Amino acid sequence: MAGFDVVADRRQVRRHIGLTGQFAAVDDLQTGEENLRMMGRLAGLPGREARRRATELLERFDLAEAGRRTVATWSGGMRRRLDLAAGLVGRPSVVFLDEPSTGLDPRSRQAVWEVVTELTGSGVTVFLTTQYLEEADRLADRVAVLDGGRVVADGTPARLKEQVAGQRLDLVLADAAAFEEVARLLGGRVARRDRGRLTIGVATDGSAAQVRALLDEVDPARWAVDRFAVHRATLDDVFLALTGHPAEQPDHDHENEQGKEPANV
Amino acid sequence: MSSIGRHLDRSSAGWGTVPPAGWAVVADWSTMAGRCLRLTRRNLDAILTSLALPVMLLLLFVYLFGGAIQTGTRYVTYVVPGVLLLCAGFGASMTAVSVTNDMTGGVIDRFRSMDVAGASVLAGHVAASVVRNLASTVLVFGVAFLIGFRPSAGPLDWAAAAGLLLLFILAISWLAAAVGLLARSPEAAGGFSFLIMFLPYPSSAFVPIDTMPAWLHGFADNQPVTPVIETLRGLLLGTPVGASPWRAVAWCLGILVASVAVSGVLFRRRTA
Repeated sequence: MAGFDVVADRRQVRRHIGLTGQFAAVDDLQTGEENLRMMGRLAGLPGREARRRATELLERFDLAEAGRRTVATWSGGMRRRLDLAAGLVGRPSVVFLDEPSTGLDPRSRQAVWEVVTELTGSGVTVFLTTQYLEEADRLADRVAVLDGGRVVADGTPARLKEQVAGQRLDLVLADAAAFEEVARLLGGRVARRDRGRLTIGVATDGSAAQVRALLDEVDPARWAVDRFAVHRATLDDVFLALTGHPAEQPDHDHENEQGKEPANV
Repeated sequence: MSSIGRHLDRSSAGWGTVPPAGWAVVADWSTMAGRCLRLTRRNLDAILTSLALPVMLLLLFVYLFGGAIQTGTRYVTYVVPGVLLLCAGFGASMTAVSVTNDMTGGVIDRFRSMDVAGASVLAGHVAASVVRNLASTVLVFGVAFLIGFRPSAGPLDWAAAAGLLLLFILAISWLAAAVGLLARSPEAAGGFSFLIMFLPYPSSAFVPIDTMPAWLHGFADNQPVTPVIETLRGLLLGTPVGASPWRAVAWCLGILVASVAVSGVLFRRRTA
């Protein structure tokens, strides 16, 4: 970890990491500024430096105005931003974020994304877990997909998408009977299904030959498919293809790891 | 923009190197003590409990019960050491609650992820506890003087009394920290106050032991609070103390050492 042995150099490791969990790990009865200053002192900064760092982080996270009020009076999104700031006080080189954007308002989520991008831009390794595959796609250089506690795939988002299928063919079916029939024919190959819109998605490489073959296969009589569209695959499609169940199910976690320097975890 | 990720200048800033463990522990400890005192200041209930209650208890004993109790001296003179220990009990229960709050809250996870000595977290609570208790002790002495407490102690006696009080407060603050680690909820930790606050009653704190039923004498004579009370009274009023000072110091040191050891084990277990 960051070039240190996690057992022998435990203290050095702790000095080089920043951790932010799902629940705000700050004192409600201290002000935002006091919380950050305390973390700075604990990270080994001298008093004046800790004060400067606290001011700097409050400004960066758009908390300067609230900085002198106790955290008990803050909104949930503000607390999460403060928590994130607290994890960065000691200028860690590896940052762990456990579902940093879960339950955040759009403004705070945007702030989290900006911070992650900045961190990776400056050479910090960010290790973040998320349930939102869109977030992973947007932020990560390298994604590991976890299913039932096992890594089922690992690579850049683009590579993962190619690995599974570059594109997704969405078929809009004529009626419910056609929908059932095509779903049955495709079986495990169905990447996405939307009964309300009579739409079934299936992985494809996007070539005319394959699309034609697929259409012939599912609809030899040429009546079941009304329209079709080809989309670039999303990480949702990758997840589905890899795990055989939709990403919305609660029993999966999705983890992505990113940074200019790959983390040696 | 660059402010967050500017980690590469760590080596030039001079604090990238790990300071000697001993110094770092002291620095962490004082940061933690400052934190606990700040949290106390923000907690109005805690301020009321630790400052107003002791004074109310003193007035209650002196003016409501005191008239009916014969101790051979003015009752205010007799009762001051007892009220002081009662206050220390209140203070300790508050410490237990705040330790439990920390252990069940999220902030301990952050401390664990940082290079912070576990001992400094507890020692910070204990330091704040001692400061709170000293404040209430000074207040009780002040009010006691106002209502007629006139000790005959010289400077040396005062110093010895202050030292013993400090040792007692330190011992039960660590005991409270251990209880705080043991309790699974702040309410459970608060229940501890009941036990510790009850302890001064079956002692010589408020009434002479020989006025109690005979079967209680064995307990009252041999429990930790009695020798502390007898020693304080002896030092402040010049009454004979016998072996009480040694027994008092032995009790306090025993509780202190045992509590520090037990809290060390419990803390490691809770944060493992």
